[in-house]
Amino acid sequence: MKQIVIAVLVLVWAPLALASGGSATESVDLDLHNKASLQRGAGVFVNYCLSCHSAKFVRYQRIAQDLGLTEEQVVSNLIFSDAKIGDTMTVAAPSEQMETWFGVTPPDLSLAARARGADWIYSYLKGFYADPSRPFGVNNTQLQNAAMPHVLWRLQGVQELVDGHLELSEPGLLSEHEYDELARDLTAFLVYISEPAALVRFSLGVKVVAFLLLLLLVTYLLKREYWKDVH
Amino acid sequence: MKSDEIDHGKRRLLTATATALGGVGAVSVAVPFVASMQPSARAQAAGAPIEIDISALRPGELVVHKWRGKPVWVLHRTEEMLASLKTAEEGLTDPQSAGSEQPDYALNRQRSLKPEYLVLVGVCTHLGCSPKFRPEPGDEEIGADWAGGFLCPCHGGRYDLAGRVFKGTPPPKNMAVPPYMYLSDSRLVIGLEEGEV
Amino acid sequence: MSKQSTGLLGWIDQRFPLSKIWNEHLAEYYAPKNFNFWYYFGSLALLVLVIQVITGIFLTMHYKPDANLAFGAVEYIMRDVPGGWIIRYMHSTGASMFFVAVYLHMFRGLLYGSYKAPRELLWIVGMLIYLVLMGEAFMGYLLPWGQMSYWGAKVIINLFGAVPFVGEELALWIRGDFVVGDATLNRFFSLHVIAMPLVLIGLVVVHLLALHETGSNNPDGIEIKKLKDENGIPLDGIPFHPYYTVKDIFGSVAFLVVFAAIMFFAPEMNGYFLEPPNFVAANPMLTPEHIAPVWYFTPFYAILRAIPPVAGSAFPGVLAMGASIAIFFVLPWLDRSPVKSIRYRGGLSRLALTLFVISFVGLGWLGMQPPSDLYTLWSRLLSVVYFGFFLLMPIYTRVDKCKPVPERVTWK
Repeated sequence: MKQIVIAVLVLVWAPLALASGGSATESVDLDLHNKASLQRGAGVFVNYCLSCHSAKFVRYQRIAQDLGLTEEQVVSNLIFSDAKIGDTMTVAAPSEQMETWFGVTPPDLSLAARARGADWIYSYLKGFYADPSRPFGVNNTQLQNAAMPHVLWRLQGVQELVDGHLELSEPGLLSEHEYDELARDLTAFLVYISEPAALVRFSLGVKVVAFLLLLLLVTYLLKREYWKDVH
Repeated sequence: MKSDEIDHGKRRLLTATATALGGVGAVSVAVPFVASMQPSARAQAAGAPIEIDISALRPGELVVHKWRGKPVWVLHRTEEMLASLKTAEEGLTDPQSAGSEQPDYALNRQRSLKPEYLVLVGVCTHLGCSPKFRPEPGDEEIGADWAGGFLCPCHGGRYDLAGRVFKGTPPPKNMAVPPYMYLSDSRLVIGLEEGEV
Repeated sequence: MSKQSTGLLGWIDQRFPLSKIWNEHLAEYYAPKNFNFWYYFGSLALLVLVIQVITGIFLTMHYKPDANLAFGAVEYIMRDVPGGWIIRYMHSTGASMFFVAVYLHMFRGLLYGSYKAPRELLWIVGMLIYLVLMGEAFMGYLLPWGQMSYWGAKVIINLFGAVPFVGEELALWIRGDFVVGDATLNRFFSLHVIAMPLVLIGLVVVHLLALHETGSNNPDGIEIKKLKDENGIPLDGIPFHPYYTVKDIFGSVAFLVVFAAIMFFAPEMNGYFLEPPNFVAANPMLTPEHIAPVWYFTPFYAILRAIPPVAGSAFPGVLAMGASIAIFFVLPWLDRSPVKSIRYRGGLSRLALTLFVISFVGLGWLGMQPPSDLYTLWSRLLSVVYFGFFLLMPIYTRVDKCKPVPERVTWK
């Protein structure tokens, strides 16, 4: 009996603990309708991520459309390779070569935000800390022994892990707040490319549901009218 | 069920409203399904303008490029070839290309921006085969009066060296000229026109 | 009623029983007038079937059943095909909503004894539909070729490997390769888009024909055909058309409101309809940290995991899982109650059904959790309850004290 009581308690408590505990993932508040933020995120992405990580399902042209940019703006600001506007975001360096550099092929980031979640990505971008035992001298709180170097370290500075907390030991070019904003913009961009349809999904959904509710009312009246016959 | 209690007018109105709204809904739902059969972003990207370098193209030579999945020819015409266009004219179905497909800037005898360079979608207007380039005048297979041109292997359609169809052969109109422009003397872009980016 | 139709309809009727079918199955099909909320889900399941078939046809136009291309093809549909994301979300939402409708439809059967004589065959055909639907859903889930698709299929196919003697060969034959691979994907695609839907539609037709032969049950569990008026029309019956057509249209629109809300506002349904690991392409070298089937399979998965291996063989678990589904087929003969509907059954039957629902939902939840000793304990407990509902049914339905069933249906 006692065992069952404990079992019930654990059963109720366990999912709550799982939801709140674990690694120190920080939640991030994103606004996909903030085009300026997505544009800044796109800039960070092509400058810092795209040299190693592809986004092979994402077309530049779609970014131009969705982020309110002209195709020339995209060509001159976001495309550094010989890619055309209709091409997808691929990486020039062959994957075998990168595997020898990093030990792994850097994953494609088209769907990273859907697989990992926005909070995880945001925390990952902020979770690098100095760890001399690692090949690139950094580790990450979200992904232990991550193979990736901290490509944004000049901007963020150097963090140390002290008693499970991250502390900035050497400031970067950006203030902490500015770096947070940059991480947020980049996260927003990754969330956007993981599902470009999300930009129109909500507004279209509101219209569809509103229409269906109207139809629901009419069909209800119709049903009620016919069912007056049934005594 | 006493029919005298039934308000038929109200029933008809409600049925009509529900049917009309349902119809609107059905048509709206059909939109993404119909749209999904249109060329996708990938197909459109593959149909993007292409750039061609023509500096190495010798007179009399023809190169084939792929644009929107179709063969596009660039022919460097010689003086003789250009001369043959005029003599061919009386035997043509549509010598002025009035009923054919081309941009306004190619609505001339040569059907091109610069007379010597012909840019043509190499697809027969009859049933869509790709004609063969047969430049030799008097080609013995075709006939002694042949001044050089294109011959469709499927149903024998004949075109002159501007892609204009000869009378008495099956194709209804001249082969199409795609939109194109010169980036420089030696660089062409197909699928893009002057003033359009 | 048998008036001769004229004009075009008359011309057709002489050559094809159009009016006859219309009358027999709609205008002169008399259904009990006391259908309640639970009676919507049959027509809703049919609605989802139509949605799945139509969206499926359009997805098939763009999808590539090739291990190298499949994952990208789904993203191609989501991004490059105009309207593609709408069609894909309709299909993925439809898959889950199909099971929602079918489970509620089946629960209605349990609630009002719809499986009891003379509707045993109707119930069995319904169970066959459910089995085919599970196969259809399982095979369809492999097609996006994500991590969950891959590892889910791998685990389930390996279950067949637990069958004694022929298991390994059987699993190999199903996969068509030594691992889940291109061959598996290609055959699952073929079965998912052609074979299973054909069988499914055929069974649905049989299900409807069987229903219209016996007539519908109702919340009171009364046979309305017993009391007829001078014209031979059941006193408690009303023509399906227009009364139930307008009612079902209303129900369908209400269902579509929920459907659209999920599709547009939460297509992933917090990971229940589309699981996050499935946004990573299948990788045979890397198992995701936690794999669980989609929610509609988890009750059976929990039963599978609850049974300990015997002599190193997982077969007893597989057997138990199979039995947990197969036992539904004999339900009509396990139930010895003189009445059909729960309304006139006694406390024991009510308690049993309540416990069954708790065990089913509980097992469904446990099937999604990572394995742990505590959860295994709970799974075992609930598995006992689950099977107890069926195996003890001949006893508790017989000793249960039933209330008298009225002559006429309860109405307003």
